[in-house]
Amino acid sequence: MKDNLLEVNNLKKYFPVLKGVFQKKVGDIKAVDNISFSIKRGEIFGLVGESGCGKSTTGRTILNLIAPTGGSVVFEGKTIFDVENNYEISDEEMRKLRKDMQIVFQDPFASLDPRMNVGDIISEGMLKHKIYNKRDAINKTKELLEMCGLTASNIKKYPHEFSGGQRQRIGIARSIALNPKFIVGDEPIAALDVSIQSQILSLLQKLIEELNLTFLFISHDLNVVRYFCDQIAVMYLGSFVEVGTSEQLFDNPIHPYTQALLSAVPASMPSEIKKRILLEGDVPSPANPPEGCKFHTRCPYTKEICTEKVPELKSVDGGNLVSCHLYS
Amino acid sequence: MDVIDKNNKTLDYTPLWRLSLNRFRRNKLAVLGTIVLIILIITAIFAPLIVQYDRDEQNLLKIYQKPSKAHILGTDELGRDVFTRLLYGGRVSLSVGLISTTISVVIGVVLGIIAGYYGKKADIIIMRIVDIFMCFPFFVIAITMAAILGPSIWNVMIITGVLGWTSICRMVRAEVMSIKEREFVEAAKALGLTNREIMFKHILPNTFAVIIVYATLGIANGILSEAGLSFLGLGVKQPQPSWGNMLAAAQNLQSLQHRWWLWIPSGLLVFITILSINFVGDGLRDALDPKLKQ
Repeated sequence: MKDNLLEVNNLKKYFPVLKGVFQKKVGDIKAVDNISFSIKRGEIFGLVGESGCGKSTTGRTILNLIAPTGGSVVFEGKTIFDVENNYEISDEEMRKLRKDMQIVFQDPFASLDPRMNVGDIISEGMLKHKIYNKRDAINKTKELLEMCGLTASNIKKYPHEFSGGQRQRIGIARSIALNPKFIVGDEPIAALDVSIQSQILSLLQKLIEELNLTFLFISHDLNVVRYFCDQIAVMYLGSFVEVGTSEQLFDNPIHPYTQALLSAVPASMPSEIKKRILLEGDVPSPANPPEGCKFHTRCPYTKEICTEKVPELKSVDGGNLVSCHLYS
Repeated sequence: MDVIDKNNKTLDYTPLWRLSLNRFRRNKLAVLGTIVLIILIITAIFAPLIVQYDRDEQNLLKIYQKPSKAHILGTDELGRDVFTRLLYGGRVSLSVGLISTTISVVIGVVLGIIAGYYGKKADIIIMRIVDIFMCFPFFVIAITMAAILGPSIWNVMIITGVLGWTSICRMVRAEVMSIKEREFVEAAKALGLTNREIMFKHILPNTFAVIIVYATLGIANGILSEAGLSFLGLGVKQPQPSWGNMLAAAQNLQSLQHRWWLWIPSGLLVFITILSINFVGDGLRDALDPKLKQ
């Protein structure tokens, strides 16, 4: 368990629900509800779940891009925030730390400033952190563009002159420009079409190996996560239901939700017969999550205890960490 | 390094300003507006070299003369040359428009960005101030202030500038609120930029379209309100001419019916100037948008 680059403890992010003329707070949307995990140096950690289950919010809260409601995040031994102990890193230190933790966004059309050319977009961070002077930054930018599969002559072009895949490459180049140690990929391939997805994925793979990156890969594409990530966490309604290495999780899913989720992956061979587990009902609203185990409203194996007590995330047979009463 | 050097030679881009210039040039109305404005500005600056009369030179023997060779646009009630005074009046009107707009754009943009970016309390306070400013009719306040401060060209600039910032403030705020939700702002934050850098390097450039359109309208507005205040006798004082107070001086039935050269030229100049400025503003907005590339 040593050499964890990132440790997340009991992270919570609630968005207030406001109502009426006076904007009175009438409740919370529990986007991220009490999750803990750690990422080892050099590991690719996958975060999967349905849309709206809080994957992106988790990524952004870890990077302190949105203020957390509870919990703590420790990056390289440095506490970024610890809400329970009223500690938050100073703005100045946070800005220095930003060098080491970057993000790649989902939407390549919104994540690049349309008024800046590619060179400015990529070199902005280097100049801000004074890693290079102007001349070196331009050379480095060209190098980064080449590294990300674009030609260096694109440096003066504007984002709208590129296709989605190329823009995503620019976004990736920007995120590695500061030589970060840790990158959050917030569904970096979800907005791209399939042929481009594989290109971007192999680019990411190459960069992760070359630059020795640690990666938090947020996705809803199970096939991608399976082959891309070392560790995988499955999220449901803001909480982890199962965490494990990608082989364990895919070969031997334990939590009923994980089983249902994996059964929804289309078979790659027509001859392959798959048993599809169909869940009933919809995902409950995160503003009013069910008591006890959040999954009990849709779980085929609901017991009485499930409606009362929140199950803990526990190791089952020394393998996956599972949060389910069936196995405790 | 080889690769980079090779590519250095084959760079095939055109710099942004040249692209913008090309796009601007393709807009005929904008070019026409620019030419007209340049002519107006040059004639206003070099007025003494163009005309043979002094600005306030009176000739009581030659009052209300029709346009003739000696006086291209005739003379007024004191025998002063109307054409001469129009050129000098242009100095006042153009500079009032420019300076008052600068004042209101600076106030409006800064407050608008702060309100839109920080939201919450800053937003509430600034927007209530805007509401207060907006619920007074412009001319009533302007007249009151002019009456208190006394009529002078500087007061006109300050009054129109200070009273005119509210609408741009609102537009910039609305624009900022939508821009700050875009992911590139978050990306800038993730790069470690400070709030101020994000506001002025990322958000402000993206509001240029709104600001430019407003600023051109604002210049036109400034010229109009100078004309209005001078027309009411609260703007630029005689004998200093402005297009507004020349119109005001012609405000009697005799002049309106029989002496068109006293009021048509100055009215026309206000009209042409405002029209040209609007054309230029439209052209600039399109030219500065990197997304439109034709």
